Amino acid sequence: MDVLRESNWVLSVGTFLPLVGVIVMLFIPKADEQLHKLVALVTALATLGVGFFTLTQFDFDQAGKLQFFAETEWIKVISSNYTIGLDGMSLPLYFLSMVVTVLVMVYSWNHIPSPGNAKAFLILMLILQTGMAGTFVAQDLILFFVFFELVLLPMYFMIGVWGGEDRQYASLKFFLYTMFGSALMLVGFIALFYQARGVLPEGVEPSFSIPQLAEYGGLIGRSAQIWIFGGMFIGFAVKVPMFPFHTWLPDAHTQAPTQGSVILAAILLKLGTYGFVRIAIPILPEAAKEWAPWIGLLAVIGIIYGALGCLAQTDMKRLIAFSSVAHMGFVMLGISTLTPMGFNAAIFGMVAHGLITGMLFFVAGSVKDRYHTLEIARLGGMLKQMPRLGWILGFCAMASLGLPGLAGFWGEFPAILSAYSPAAGLSEVTFRVYMVIAALGTVLAAAYLLWLFQRIAFGEPKPEFAGESHDDHGHGEHSHDDHGSDIHDVNIFEWIAWTPFLLAIVVFGVYPQLMFKIIDPAVQVALKAFGG
Amino acid sequence: MLHSILAQIPWKSPSVDYHAIAPEIILAGGICLIILVDLFTSETKKWITASLTGFVMLGALVPVLTLAVSDINVRSLFDGRYVVDEFALTLKALFLIAGYVVVLLSQNHVEEGDYYQGEYYTLLLASVAGMVMMASSRDLVSIFVSLEMLSIPGYMLAAWRKRDRKSNEAGIKYYLLGVFASAIMLYGMSLLYGVTNSTLLSDIGRELTVKGQFGGVQALAITFTLVGFAFKVSAVPFHSWAPDTYEGAPLPVTAFLSVASKAAGFVALVTLIYVGFPQAQDVWQPFLWVLAAITMTVGNLLALRQTNIVRMLAYSSISQGGFILMPLAVAGTGDAAGPALQSVVVYLIVYAAMNLGMFAVVIAASRTTRSGEISSFGGLFSYAPGLGVLMTIFLASLAGIPPLGGWIAKFTAFRAVLEAGGNWGYALAIIGAVNSVIAFGYYGSIMREIWMRPAPNGETSAVKTPSSLIAAMVITTTATIVFGVLPGAVLRFGDLADLTGAFGR
Repeated sequence: MDVLRESNWVLSVGTFLPLVGVIVMLFIPKADEQLHKLVALVTALATLGVGFFTLTQFDFDQAGKLQFFAETEWIKVISSNYTIGLDGMSLPLYFLSMVVTVLVMVYSWNHIPSPGNAKAFLILMLILQTGMAGTFVAQDLILFFVFFELVLLPMYFMIGVWGGEDRQYASLKFFLYTMFGSALMLVGFIALFYQARGVLPEGVEPSFSIPQLAEYGGLIGRSAQIWIFGGMFIGFAVKVPMFPFHTWLPDAHTQAPTQGSVILAAILLKLGTYGFVRIAIPILPEAAKEWAPWIGLLAVIGIIYGALGCLAQTDMKRLIAFSSVAHMGFVMLGISTLTPMGFNAAIFGMVAHGLITGMLFFVAGSVKDRYHTLEIARLGGMLKQMPRLGWILGFCAMASLGLPGLAGFWGEFPAILSAYSPAAGLSEVTFRVYMVIAALGTVLAAAYLLWLFQRIAFGEPKPEFAGESHDDHGHGEHSHDDHGSDIHDVNIFEWIAWTPFLLAIVVFGVYPQLMFKIIDPAVQVALKAFGG
Repeated sequence: MLHSILAQIPWKSPSVDYHAIAPEIILAGGICLIILVDLFTSETKKWITASLTGFVMLGALVPVLTLAVSDINVRSLFDGRYVVDEFALTLKALFLIAGYVVVLLSQNHVEEGDYYQGEYYTLLLASVAGMVMMASSRDLVSIFVSLEMLSIPGYMLAAWRKRDRKSNEAGIKYYLLGVFASAIMLYGMSLLYGVTNSTLLSDIGRELTVKGQFGGVQALAITFTLVGFAFKVSAVPFHSWAPDTYEGAPLPVTAFLSVASKAAGFVALVTLIYVGFPQAQDVWQPFLWVLAAITMTVGNLLALRQTNIVRMLAYSSISQGGFILMPLAVAGTGDAAGPALQSVVVYLIVYAAMNLGMFAVVIAASRTTRSGEISSFGGLFSYAPGLGVLMTIFLASLAGIPPLGGWIAKFTAFRAVLEAGGNWGYALAIIGAVNSVIAFGYYGSIMREIWMRPAPNGETSAVKTPSSLIAAMVITTTATIVFGVLPGAVLRFGDLADLTGAFGR
């Protein structure tokens, strides 16, 4: 693997810089909350600065190659190295993770959820950032596994300590599901190592290096491939989450604090789909062909099931959580076609979903701050009370349902289209049926999102929240004066945190080529085994 | 007259390499020293014995280090019945350091509990001496002597809280079942001797089977011998003493039993299997496979139901024992012998660090909570954030979450069984994977108490931790984190070549 540039330190710095902030914060007393927020924000901004530098140094003409590639001995005895690199598939997600962390830090400035303790909260967030960034740059299976697991504990505590009423149940469920998946995934990784060792040509050192395994993994016997893929499938599918493994998601999302939900939706779910496109499918092409129809089936079930689940929800946050199941279904459908178009759509869809659903969770958090409830039946007339927040919600709902011109469209539409002609060797009929079902799913998406928007934003505010702004309705029996004072439109911290999201949704919606041209070369490399 | 009798026996004194047995000599000298010091110090100055014991442990570590750097890799004494090789040295160092940490844990506990300090430390040293000998024993007799040497002080230490009924129960149970196990094991050993006409393990390894063929006697001999050690490492179904003993014994003793004593049992198992029965894998592989599978599963499932933290740790230690057994169950298949040995050694080292650390935190925290109930640890993070974070680190490590030491231990175990491959290997790997998830159920429940529950009865005064406990925590935390982030630090140990005579080499 050729080193394209000398500046291969940037990835390590970008990944581990947050930990420097953590160490600094450990020595600051807990009571000094403002200082903690400042240090955390500065660290996140510095990390983002490194991220920008990475963007400027990235050679966009060779996005298919691993850049900033670095390989250092790490655990020699088990042939695992500290191998990192970045290509067009990981760059958008890597960068997104940095942006999201900064914006979440900004949002946290005056939104530390109860029971407080900004120190612990922000430290966990920085550790989380290292885990997320590390997962996207790791080019060694063991390193990938370590980073993949590193995000678990901080998220567990974030949900469990700062979450809603059922937080303990939700956090444990989140943890056990993910850990179950990753334990089998690890077994799969090690089995892969031993199987690959048997097929390596003379003179090639066996290792856990992803590029190396992608080169030779196809030589592994078919049935062994299928089993190993099974182990990885469970690991990644739980994280995505795909249909039968999704039940942790609504609980975790609903209970998590706003910041947790945003990170979960924007980045953590992508670790699973990223695992498919980076590891499982390129390394085990034979098994991927065998599994693809089933993955596609679960994906379309997820689309329809998620949408129907949304229609049945009475809680706004839970509804958004279920919509994630549906959206990740589109991503997985794109992946299951094993075509460049499907992969492109999937990666675009990951980023778009991260932006849009992350934004929706922000809005949900702000609604909860103001009304102290997310029960859809109790909300209404937001456009009258808080027109700006109401329109932002409307905008995100439109983006989420896949309105052309906004980012969501470019994730869904090509994914559906790619199912029309899946990769050679896959049944066209099956995938065309999936295509039709997925297309029906978009209609349902429009239904639940518009219905949500209608119920929350249109009409008159409910009497209990009418407050001082609408005196003609008077104070209802349930009216509390403290509600009235809470209900204010978007504040400055929210504007700062949200504007980049909203801009990105428009920019990528209008000019999707911006991202596709980075992704596509890397996708072509990943799908080499399928004849491009 | 004695001279004339001796003259008739063709016996000459063997040449003894005193450098090789220097650690044992220092420990033996230390035992005498502590007894003497104890005799001549007043009640108020008994703490001297604790410090002295610590120095003796560290003093014994010095020759271990000089032996490790000396040019002679293998020092074989008494016709190969007592061998000092890299494997033995690694484990001797582990036992001595673990012993030192236990002294640190004991210092305040024993002093404040007004127990018999001099005697306590004498017995602790004696037990550690037994373990250090165990690491070198390559003969049925020396193995048995080491085993009793390390066990008998353990029986007494478990019953150390004389006026406490639970502690008495702990000691008696441990004693009765331990002696029972010894008896079974001795029977097995006598059969081994009967079949092979030798007590030397390498002879037994050669004679026991020829081309893997053997009859019922051999199988019975092997099984009985292994059963004896299955008691020692509290493998299911020979585990029933562990929870009661752990709960009743003083906490530092529990830490000692669950780490050092267990490790000694595994060391004996490894030497027996690798040196004594290398050809007989058809007997011990299925036996250990079943033992490993049910040990981790049963230990885990029972741990889930515990409300007392020490009982929970007892079951957790049973289940961890299952993970250590896991690679041994495939040690005879293909090339798995090397990875399996490495996995056992690495697991023992990492497990010692994290489990001792866990006990250090429990001892420190229970100075305030005054209770072993898991619910009494509620809100620990809010009033003692340092202890809360440390406990979280150790729990996460025990659960095998990277980047903490526990994951590399679990990883090597999985690697060994997958190296062996085959249906049995894969099946065991999957059982292990599922179990590592179940384990988080109870480790996570403690984390939940620490972080997410309010403190019971509003106790929120800061915890004062004595400096010896802080030292113990620093040692164990550093080890746990370093082993996890730079696993190379621990993976250098446990090479197959380190164990002289393993699989006929």
